[in-house]
Amino acid sequence: MTKVLIIAEHASGKLNASTAKCVKAATTLAGSEIAVAVFAGPGSSVAAQAAQLSGVSRVIDVSDAAHEHALAATLAPLVAELAADFTHVFGPSTTFGKDLMPRVAALLDAPQVSDVMSIESPTRFRRPIYAGNAITTVEVAAGTRIVATIRTASFEAVAGGGSAKVESAALAAALPTHTRFVALAAAGGDRPDLQSATKVVSGGRALASGEAFKLIYALADKLGAAVGASRAAVDAGYVPSDMQVGQTGKIIAPELYVAIGISGAIQHLTGIKDARTIVAINKDAEAPIFEVADLGLVGDLFTIVPELEKLIDESRK
Amino acid sequence: MEAEQSPRRILVAIKRVVDYNVRIRVKPDGSGVVLDGVKLSINPFDAIAIEEALRIKERGRADEVVVATIGPADCQATLRNALAMGAQRALHVVADSPLEPLAITRILLKLVEREQPFLVILGKQAIDDDNNQTGQMLAALWNRPQATFASKIELSETAAKVTREVDAGLETLEVDLPAVITTDLRLNEPRFVKLPEIMKAKSKPLATIPLNDVGSAGTPRIKVIRTEPPPGRQRGIMVKDTAELFAELHKRGLV
Repeated sequence: MTKVLIIAEHASGKLNASTAKCVKAATTLAGSEIAVAVFAGPGSSVAAQAAQLSGVSRVIDVSDAAHEHALAATLAPLVAELAADFTHVFGPSTTFGKDLMPRVAALLDAPQVSDVMSIESPTRFRRPIYAGNAITTVEVAAGTRIVATIRTASFEAVAGGGSAKVESAALAAALPTHTRFVALAAAGGDRPDLQSATKVVSGGRALASGEAFKLIYALADKLGAAVGASRAAVDAGYVPSDMQVGQTGKIIAPELYVAIGISGAIQHLTGIKDARTIVAINKDAEAPIFEVADLGLVGDLFTIVPELEKLIDESRK
Repeated sequence: MEAEQSPRRILVAIKRVVDYNVRIRVKPDGSGVVLDGVKLSINPFDAIAIEEALRIKERGRADEVVVATIGPADCQATLRNALAMGAQRALHVVADSPLEPLAITRILLKLVEREQPFLVILGKQAIDDDNNQTGQMLAALWNRPQATFASKIELSETAAKVTREVDAGLETLEVDLPAVITTDLRLNEPRFVKLPEIMKAKSKPLATIPLNDVGSAGTPRIKVIRTEPPPGRQRGIMVKDTAELFAELHKRGLV
């Protein structure tokens, strides 16, 4: 029988939706027993939140002041200790899971399958390579524990309403002191985070200046969207590189992606191909972005974007 | 820690990959992606790792930058490129077939034991297999701190303060040295290599190390069954003006 241990992700006392998606992935393993391990500070309600996830059979609550801020070096030995009872250890393919899980895998001498997008059997997984430009099916040799990160864009969150039992665990592994949390600065101010936003508006080289990005911000704010940019716009210095969407920037999967003045270089398309709806506005009718756009409009962005904003305003009156 | 007279050394592990501008094609028989005749370059995140190591050395915080790669004989061109960027020495562990991250990690650990670096810098992931594992695994087996996805590194004598790009924003950690750091995109912009540097790099030391000297390929545990192209996107519709665009967005519940 497969027994899956999921490492919960949480912040500010709230369970991250990525955990419910990992549970969903685990439920696709027929007959699996699913436990969620919560490493949180004392007095946190995250374990209780995890217990409500449908499909979870038990929650292992590991509270310690050392877990106020998740540190991979601190958590990995503890996860490795817990993993002894499990066939699979899953974490989300977010920066939290990407940081932690390989460290766990190494301690367990277990292979890791990164960015799992579907599970075909307890040992067979599909995952993207080349930034999603190819999909591989991999088979992990029998008889080994399997560590995996779960691609959150590929799984829906399980529903709530469950009532798993919560047990606390006292673990023996010593906590290292060589890694210390200093600070966390939230990104983007009031705007949604680019990586996880449901709507994203991006600008490209056709904006022709950093100043012109005001247009992009204004539209994004109307839509409640995060703001991204093409590599060309970043290289031209219009916006900082943390806004770059594409193979070497952020790979995103929003419900709505609006590409404004972006021609659609392969490395950009790679970063957006999992978006539900892609809208492209570009003055070049031959731009490759139109080959992947669900809705395309050829024209001058400096005319179209203000018009679109006005129409949005009017519709809300 | 090191004896006083030993150089303060940074080890940078790099990988040669299909250039990020190449449009990948999957072989029709599903056996992999087409690599014949495709432009190969240093993994972009690894170029950032080399650049950062060089900047640390140029600020006087390190004495030597050593680059290492594990791969077939023709990977030496990639190492020469790293030497041309400014690294002092290169190590080439010859491995003719691809290795899994844990096997790579064990080899790197051997190199770490030989070289005794105070810092190991790697790209956060290679853009071919996108595993994003090796740096973290090395830190685990070396039993040292890790600071992944770095966008800023500040070094003191005994520790590094590293700003990390995380989903929630920017996280800052302090890690004791020696440590493993993996690079994210905005850590720096790698320098362009000038022709005289390329000439000079030809005479820099490049050690070829047989795989058996530093480990083994290990028994592969992850087998690729097949490789497929991703499901393609359907070309959508073209609208004639902003009003029609808005109407379509509205119809789909997106505005």
